[in-house]
Amino acid sequence: MSEHAIAVDHLSKSFGRNTKALDDVSITVDSGEMVALIGASGSGKSTLIRHIAGLVASDRETCCKVQVFGETVQSGGRISGDARQLRSRIGVIFQQFNLVNRLGLLTNVVIGVLGRIPTWRGTLGLFTKSEKRLAMEALARVGMDQYAGQRASTLSGGQQQRAAIARALVQQAEVLLADEPIASLDPESARRVMDALAEINREDGITVVVSLHQVAYAKKYCPRTIALRDGKVVFDGPSERLNTEFLRELYGADSEELIMDETMSKPGYQPDSEPKVSPEPTIRIPAHTPAIPAKQTVPAYAAE
Amino acid sequence: MADMTHSRLNPSQTGEAQLPERDVRKSTVTYLMWGVVALILMWAWEGAEMRPMALITDAANMREYAAGFFPPDFHFWDLFLEEMLVTIQIAIWGTVLAVILGIPFGILSSENVAPLWVYWPIRRLMDATRAINELVFAMLFVVAVGLGPFAGVMALFIHTTGVLAKLFSEAVEAIDPRPVEGIRATGATRIQEVIFGIIPQVMPLWISYSLYRFESNVRSATVVGLVGAGGIGVLLWEYIRGFYYGETAAVMIVIIVTVSLLDILSQRLRKMFV
Ligand SMILES: Nc1ncnc2c1ncn2[C@@H]1O[C@H](COP(=O)(O)OP(=O)(O)O)[C@@H](O)[C@H]1O
Ligand SMILES: [Mg+2]
Repeated sequence: MSEHAIAVDHLSKSFGRNTKALDDVSITVDSGEMVALIGASGSGKSTLIRHIAGLVASDRETCCKVQVFGETVQSGGRISGDARQLRSRIGVIFQQFNLVNRLGLLTNVVIGVLGRIPTWRGTLGLFTKSEKRLAMEALARVGMDQYAGQRASTLSGGQQQRAAIARALVQQAEVLLADEPIASLDPESARRVMDALAEINREDGITVVVSLHQVAYAKKYCPRTIALRDGKVVFDGPSERLNTEFLRELYGADSEELIMDETMSKPGYQPDSEPKVSPEPTIRIPAHTPAIPAKQTVPAYAAE
Repeated sequence: MADMTHSRLNPSQTGEAQLPERDVRKSTVTYLMWGVVALILMWAWEGAEMRPMALITDAANMREYAAGFFPPDFHFWDLFLEEMLVTIQIAIWGTVLAVILGIPFGILSSENVAPLWVYWPIRRLMDATRAINELVFAMLFVVAVGLGPFAGVMALFIHTTGVLAKLFSEAVEAIDPRPVEGIRATGATRIQEVIFGIIPQVMPLWISYSLYRFESNVRSATVVGLVGAGGIGVLLWEYIRGFYYGETAAVMIVIIVTVSLLDILSQRLRKMFV
């Protein structure tokens, strides 16, 4: 049974009375897989990832359960007592702001060992030479070692994301959950972040679940895609099946949000310099209009 | 009624801009509020026994009194400086101890760190230390630990702990929670989350608040001396009581100059951190 890296069983999560962010989600991910999680914004990607990481508890239904490597992260709406130990085996990368701005890059990355070393030593910030060296090696692998001495706030968005991947490497995470790690990046930075994720998946055998709202990246990097819509799994299978017609079928008008970004990864496309924010789910872009980014607002709960 | 208002306010019919209708209820409330304010001022005037005319009728007296302060007598300047230094030393330790205790109390009274059953009692405790003035604590400590600077240190320390805990926790409650969650996700403990996620974010503000409190503690330290808790305040009180006006003036000048210099210095330092 415990063959699966991730096993999510009948997971539901409601916010308030009428928002079901997750609706009876059941998925399994095997060790060593690289899986894309797609869906328009508001479809529940972040919520699912935060549940797998044990950062939020599900609804209190007895059948709700999340296991990682056969160990229970949460069940029946209760986060398990040793979730902290389990968390150290699960790396999480958020859309933005993974790093503490005022700390140096090396410190931000070496923090990854906190879950593994004696508590008193971690608390006093007494990291050994070999731990720091481990952090430097991880930074080198994502091509960031030359910035080790800089404060995190001086790095670009893509560099910060790669540093977050380095932290997960230092953590020796066996599963990496990345929540829209490239959503606010230009295509070149996005490519380097996705390359880094693919590399650690391939070379270290780390299981990667990456949420995206650009289907093009899912098809390019992940053999398997899980698609969410309104908190439900509407597709789980090979990414190559995700052509435009199929996406229209799955998402209707929302599909434009997922497809339009394909144009952005084509050469010659000039990305706007401003960070892109996912449009509100209520804003529908009519089919066949040129992909003008809609007037965008950040949802109130935007702490993703 | 609703229909009438609607048609009257519809600009497309009249073609000119309309002023919003005056809300009778709202303006009545406004007038009432001004009335209450006036009543409070009158009531407080009585209680405070305000007699501004005394400033004019007693003007001659006051002129004579003020003239007594001139020229300031700096004859014992070395004693003044020595006692001024003691005052600064009181302020330094009063502030340092308050920072040391203000950090844990500040963190534990933050809603985003501690649960209700922890932060609520701690906040009330801190409220209590803030509610009571340094001078009152000074009088209590003079009795408890005897006359002298240590009573002053304790008085400043207790009061300032309450102030800093509140300021520190406000900074903690305003942090960006996302990097902290990033640290939690590595399997860090709660204390490690605070140390690596919260403290770096609030450090500049904390330093600035601590320096600011040091400034005001130098001022307070002169006052706690008045009740015998050490420093230049003791001297000042002796001179005022003994009608040594020249010396009183000189001591006040020393205080003004020192406090201003320290204010400027500490403001410079604070700018470096924010
Ligand atoms: N903390 C929260 N409070 C209230 N509603 C939330 C919260 N987090 C998510 N939601 C709601 O849950 C749904 C799914 O959100 P989310 O998981 O962030 O979607 P995605 O990451 O796919 O954009 C949305 O309708 C969102 O409004
Ligand atoms: Mg999201």
